[in-house]
Amino acid sequence: MSAPTAGYADGLAAGELRFQHCGACDRAVFYPRVLCPHCGSESLAWRTSSGRGAVYATTVLHKRGTDPYNVALVDVDEGFRMMSRVEGVAPADVAIGARVRLDVIEEDGVPLAVFRPLEDQE
Amino acid sequence: MSTTDLRGRVAVVGVAESDLGHVAPGLTHFDLMGQATARALKDAGLKKSDVDGFFCASSYLPFPTLDVAEYLGIRPVYADSTNVGGSSFVAHLLHAAMAIEAGLCTTALIAYGSTQRSDGGRLVSPTKLLPYEEAYKPRYPVSMYALAASRHMYEYGTTREQLAEVAVAARDWAQLNPKAFTYGRGPLTVEDVLSSQMISHPLTSKDCCLVTDGGGAVILTSAERARDLPVTPAYFLGGGEATWHRSMSQMPDLTTTAAVDSGRRAFTMAGLKPSDVDVVELYDAFTINTLLFLEDLGFCAKGEGGAFVSGGRIAPGGELPVNTNGGGLSYCHPGMYGIFLIIEAVRQLRGEGGARQQAGTNVALVNGNGGVLSSQATALLGTAEALG
Repeated sequence: MSAPTAGYADGLAAGELRFQHCGACDRAVFYPRVLCPHCGSESLAWRTSSGRGAVYATTVLHKRGTDPYNVALVDVDEGFRMMSRVEGVAPADVAIGARVRLDVIEEDGVPLAVFRPLEDQE
Repeated sequence: MSTTDLRGRVAVVGVAESDLGHVAPGLTHFDLMGQATARALKDAGLKKSDVDGFFCASSYLPFPTLDVAEYLGIRPVYADSTNVGGSSFVAHLLHAAMAIEAGLCTTALIAYGSTQRSDGGRLVSPTKLLPYEEAYKPRYPVSMYALAASRHMYEYGTTREQLAEVAVAARDWAQLNPKAFTYGRGPLTVEDVLSSQMISHPLTSKDCCLVTDGGGAVILTSAERARDLPVTPAYFLGGGEATWHRSMSQMPDLTTTAAVDSGRRAFTMAGLKPSDVDVVELYDAFTINTLLFLEDLGFCAKGEGGAFVSGGRIAPGGELPVNTNGGGLSYCHPGMYGIFLIIEAVRQLRGEGGARQQAGTNVALVNGNGGVLSSQATALLGTAEALG
């Protein structure tokens, strides 16, 4: 069995946001693990997210020596929530309920899933 | 046996703080636990050799009941180092009640100590964030509470001014408590809170608890034994615990905490309801906590916490006395604050609150919080009159 963390990292390396899906209860699972936290089944399979979602909660961190930056919780359309950051908009302007899309960037030498505002035409 | 059989079977008979605030150079967290234990034993009229049950949690020690029992020179026959963060000591009340009722021990000591202010003024925490969260560099724990506040504001129209009211009330209470870190500093205004340094929006430094040194100790024994001691017993009427998540991204609904469950369990055991409570002691690590817990414990409806705390309702002279010692926001917060909730509740039940004493206090509620709204532990304590 491959490690759950590796499945997620492999996805990011391929520019994708991967999550687990439970074959027994048909629910999304995130973060990755070896049993379904909803029903206890081990029947978890990897899926790739559409990368679209909505901001559930947001904060702006103010630290000395660095510009203010955003941390958000995003409800991804496939039915799971993750911590991330919304870029492409001022940190203070990240709005709860705003539609966002995935952007896999590189930070600190590793791929990282962030989100950007979803434009109306997308 | 049903859980309600624990009601009134044990009582808190000794409480004490160690030195608080910024303690003398070189004092360790062990020393603060030693001070608090000696003072609590004296308060109870008991000897150290009477202690045969030991409950301890620490951010410094993986095996606290071993290290601290050695320091204190006790050989507990029953020991419990349950660590659910700052709520641990409220959870210990229930565990101690069970152990005493089951005959596993007769006299239980709960102890805590921390020198986090002397250690550098930052929270001492062994917490490791999920890698799925750590990569985004939230500041633990404040950013997590900020996220909860943002959602409460979005769903219910709660304002930063309403959050600030919690800090204002806490500071007012602290002006009545000579042991409070901010005693003598005078009141805080809503504008003071809003204009303080922004830490993690919407929370400023004044929405955040203090970073102090401090220790505490609580001693329990059976109700029968308590009546023979030269102290007014504070009876354990009910307790409950609940946890729904550990990581903020896993919290099911950021506007509702597991205090809904822990509170219901405690009220059921005690046979009481929120309107029976005279004094409320809530773990106010951040201003949003007080709103959430007042709602989740049934003192006001979900979403109404902001309006509820406004206009001085929870401040001295208000309708509902909340955090009468000044709370983690203005009295003392060494990292795991829960034990101080118990100490203040017992003082109010005994009528030892001095300038901040609430007349006619027969029932006190304490609600401990651990992690990032992750653990909730509720207990109801009462006088002989409340015991009935």
